[in-house]
Amino acid sequence: MINHIDLSTVLRRTVCDLYSNLVTRPTGAAVRTAIETQLAELGGRTVTVIDFSNVRLLDFSCADEVVAKLLLPYCDDCPPRDAYFVFRGMSETHLDALEHVLERHRLALVLQQEDGNPTIVGAVSPAERKAWEKVIELGSATCDEVAREVGIAAEEAEVMLGALARRRLMMKLDDQWVSVGAPL
Amino acid sequence: MTTVINVPPSLDDVTFEQVLEQVAGVPADEKLLVDARHSRWASPFGLTALLTLAQSRGERAAFAPPEAEDTLSYWTRAGFFKYAADLFEIVGTAPRQRAAGESDVLLEITPITKSDDVHEVVGRIQQKAQHILTRELNLDAKATMGFAMTLSEACQNIVEHAGRGGWVAVQTYKWTKRLGRRVVVIAVCDAGVGFRQSLESAPGRVRSDRWDDAMALEEAVVRGVSRFRDPGRGQGLAGVRRYVGRWDGKLSVRSGTARIAIVPTWDDDVALKEKLPPFPGAQMQITIPERVAAGR
Repeated sequence: MINHIDLSTVLRRTVCDLYSNLVTRPTGAAVRTAIETQLAELGGRTVTVIDFSNVRLLDFSCADEVVAKLLLPYCDDCPPRDAYFVFRGMSETHLDALEHVLERHRLALVLQQEDGNPTIVGAVSPAERKAWEKVIELGSATCDEVAREVGIAAEEAEVMLGALARRRLMMKLDDQWVSVGAPL
Repeated sequence: MTTVINVPPSLDDVTFEQVLEQVAGVPADEKLLVDARHSRWASPFGLTALLTLAQSRGERAAFAPPEAEDTLSYWTRAGFFKYAADLFEIVGTAPRQRAAGESDVLLEITPITKSDDVHEVVGRIQQKAQHILTRELNLDAKATMGFAMTLSEACQNIVEHAGRGGWVAVQTYKWTKRLGRRVVVIAVCDAGVGFRQSLESAPGRVRSDRWDDAMALEEAVVRGVSRFRDPGRGQGLAGVRRYVGRWDGKLSVRSGTARIAIVPTWDDDVALKEKLPPFPGAQMQITIPERVAAGR
């Protein structure tokens, strides 16, 4: 199931209908709580598109509260639910704040760029990025296919794909791996 | 007994130390007369720091406004008397607040006590900053959003850590003496708990042998340490430092008896000053200079 959340709407609904900037920790915490409430209402596996298009400014504190603290529980051994995230509508200045925050927490996320193509932002190794991009290219792939394409042993590929899945960047459908953000 | 504190003719972050040197020996419950009659100029730091000085006194201080009409007019436009009238006993009549018409006052003195104040300030600066930063300071358009972000984080320091309200002001001016270029300056001052006491309140904190205001500033400003255990904390000041570094700016933070600065090549300030006259809270200044073409 694909769920769409417009952050500026959430901001106006939960904090103040005059605000268009995601600044301050209390604002970030309120917006994140509203997102978590929406997610809790959904069952099963979900992909949530979080849309920054109408957010003017995102500061470091709010990036930490909205994005990092939203993602962290899902990258844990026992995530609250089977949820994946794709971010869109991020400007260069949004990314300035966000990249710093992601690095600090060793997190990464999938960003849908302006041209519609997905990319990974944040803390990933070159090999992880290559694996994720190869799976995007292929649409879906088995572990052996990923190993062959990336040029690593199958065992190594399995560990890497598992780690990417734990970070909500990849999902497994039967024996096929699919990159989060791939066109469905 | 009333102690007269002479405000220097030119009041900025450096000369404000002269004010604090005079105040240092006077108990907080003793009367002060802050005499600004001969002041001719004040930076946003100077004006907001004067308000925090008033906040820090147990006995309400008296204040003699500048005599020069243009100075008085500027201090009024910058919003100083709007708040000084409540904090000081003004000697004579407090000038009436007029609308800020000058373009060099990017943000008149604004109190910061809660998160909503930060939203308000950021919203107001976005409307004004774009033109000033890009046209007058030749900064990239990208600098505008980063500037608002920096302002937001600096103000949040008050809301999150000071324990009482503070002040922010933003202004552009030509910094003839030191730089010969235009600058935009953010001043954020409070008379709250300061960095040392804030970090001391961290749960389970083990104090080292050397622990003073200077070390607290080093930890918070240079190493991004916060009183919260949450690893996501401490990013605000780190972000301010990155912005200042990117645009060849200067950051200075005074707290307690120390002052730390991230000093660009165009300035000759020292990185760390210790054993300054004590002053409560934290006083931050961010200076972003006009960009000049290479080779100029």
